[in-house]
Amino acid sequence: MAELSYREAVARGIAQEMDRDERVFLIGEDVAGAGGVFKTTVGLLDRFGPRRVVDTPISEQAILGAAMGAAMTGLRPIAEIMFSDFFAVAWDIVVNEIAKARYMTNGQVEVPLVIRSANGGGARFGAQHSQSVENWAMAVPGLKVVAPSTPADVVGLLAASVRDPDPVLFFEHKSLYASKAEVPDGEILDELGTAKIVRPGADLTIVALALMVPRALEAAEILAGEGIDAEVIDVRSLIPLDTATILGSVEKTSRLFTVEENPRVLGWGAEIVSIAVDEAFWHLDAPIVRITTPHVPLPSSGGLEDETIPSVERIVAEVKKGLV
Amino acid sequence: MTDPTSLLPPPEPVQLLDADGSLSGSVGDLGLTPGDLVGMYRDMVRTRTLDTMAMALQRQGQLGVWASCRGQEAAQVGIAWAMGLRDWAFPSYREHGITTVRGVPFGDLLLQYKGVWMGHYDPSEYQVAPHSIPIATHLLHAVGYAHAARLSGDDLVTLAFIGDGGTSEGDFHEALNFAAVWNAPVVFVVQNNQFAISVPTEHQLAAPSIAHKGIGYGVKGYRVDGNDVLASFRVGADAIERARSGGGPALIEAHTYRMKPHTTADDDTRYRPPEEVAEWEAKDPIARLEQLLLDEGILFEPDLERIARDADDESKAIRTEVVAEGPVPMSQVFEHVYVDPPVDLLRQAAAFTAGDER
Repeated sequence: MAELSYREAVARGIAQEMDRDERVFLIGEDVAGAGGVFKTTVGLLDRFGPRRVVDTPISEQAILGAAMGAAMTGLRPIAEIMFSDFFAVAWDIVVNEIAKARYMTNGQVEVPLVIRSANGGGARFGAQHSQSVENWAMAVPGLKVVAPSTPADVVGLLAASVRDPDPVLFFEHKSLYASKAEVPDGEILDELGTAKIVRPGADLTIVALALMVPRALEAAEILAGEGIDAEVIDVRSLIPLDTATILGSVEKTSRLFTVEENPRVLGWGAEIVSIAVDEAFWHLDAPIVRITTPHVPLPSSGGLEDETIPSVERIVAEVKKGLV
Repeated sequence: MTDPTSLLPPPEPVQLLDADGSLSGSVGDLGLTPGDLVGMYRDMVRTRTLDTMAMALQRQGQLGVWASCRGQEAAQVGIAWAMGLRDWAFPSYREHGITTVRGVPFGDLLLQYKGVWMGHYDPSEYQVAPHSIPIATHLLHAVGYAHAARLSGDDLVTLAFIGDGGTSEGDFHEALNFAAVWNAPVVFVVQNNQFAISVPTEHQLAAPSIAHKGIGYGVKGYRVDGNDVLASFRVGADAIERARSGGGPALIEAHTYRMKPHTTADDDTRYRPPEEVAEWEAKDPIARLEQLLLDEGILFEPDLERIARDADDESKAIRTEVVAEGPVPMSQVFEHVYVDPPVDLLRQAAAFTAGDER
């Protein structure tokens, strides 16, 4: 066991897979010499050389288009889009090419690649560099969508993503990069489509993702002090989605809250609510509550950004209101 | 058909004022008065002083981030001086020299980086579009603005500013092509400051020069020493005049150097040696014009001191004003998302701001 930051875990996960499989390589802007603008790929150039750790011109379409081409030859690219907001620049390649290649070729063309990106707010980067866009990706058939909340999950889910035969969009949260936790030694391989109950509880279920997971956990501790026993689930993977774990929890607690950083309209929690209403309606004792960022672009002002994205205080308040 | 060679840039960047401050030709041939030279010098000093203050403010936690333009003052100030009053600039995030010459209040820029609402200047007051933080997207806006203005009988020219890295974006290709097909009065200005964050220009492109990229689209290429404010003015004025008179779009490559990290969030010691930075320090754009002004007897030491002091005073006043700006109420987060907000958003706003008008 060693304590590792979330950003160090990214480098470790990539290194683990590059060590294991010669076909894996990393490509993106500033990933080599600079070690990534978020310092998530530090040391990889020295270790694996410029043939497998590739700095590119500022061309998002070319990064992802070329990664797709490389994947078609049997390589296993890990491509980086520096900020997830920039997916918009290359969305054609993602949505119309990468996501549909297998389907439109009757399974003959495989695109086993991973696209990593720094997602989410809280870092004062303003409206064009802070968005949570995991729900965009979730809306595209053919893509898998992963968003870890801990360093150990970063390593294990990244490994699972690299080894997955389908294209995976891997959302790292930029406000979690500095967070630290114990990570087991040796190879870590996790499984996509598995949610985790990170805090068992009896009174209500809170479903959260990425940065919202530690906030939900902190809120649960505060609620515990008031005699409210919350179960917290880290969704981890939106596609595939572990509905069994979520529905099992709802059957137990009969109350469901989602905590989402994405803007409210068509956020990922809406899909979970829809599934819960379909499949667990008779287990519910109260209306389901979605705690989200409102339907606004994110402000760059520190105070406003903190109040716009769900905070620990807001989670506590909304849960208490929802329990009445 | 246009003779293709007329679109080619010169083999070397145009230079009038060398690193030692020696002018090729005489001051009288520049088409500039001594007062103009002093004005350009003052704007470069102001730009550097304000930029230095902004870096310090960021370090003190007052600004989220800052992208310094240090080292690029000559390219920016020279070309901004060549613009007509009604011409429009479409800047990126590193064009503090452009905004300073155009009269954009520097404090307004800083307030935006402080995250204070309403920090943004009014573009139509200064003919300066919102500075673009995404890379190269605003080149297309400059093309559309220029073409629309031309169709409505206006003879203004638009100038769009990016860096070397921005030329790799698809938007660059599409903007140059549209501009040429429409013969739109646009001057694209690329400040080649040698780095796109950490990636050096030689890993960014393999064209003989950035200016050579123009010919493939039918856009005339220009190259200039971007640390030479007089050459930047001259080349800028030529390209603007040509565009205004219907000669078509231009692509100027100004060779310069980013003296500071990409932004305050970057550590440039990871990817470039300090000797390289020192080499460019010796080609400083302000020092060479200062030398010329002294040599020509246009300014004397006390004048330089006065200009520096004035810039300091201006900077301190802006600093005080920015530091004093406090937080803004939560209700503003919901303003300007829509002209007529959907009912559901109004409900979200009400829930958020109940009893929260701090």
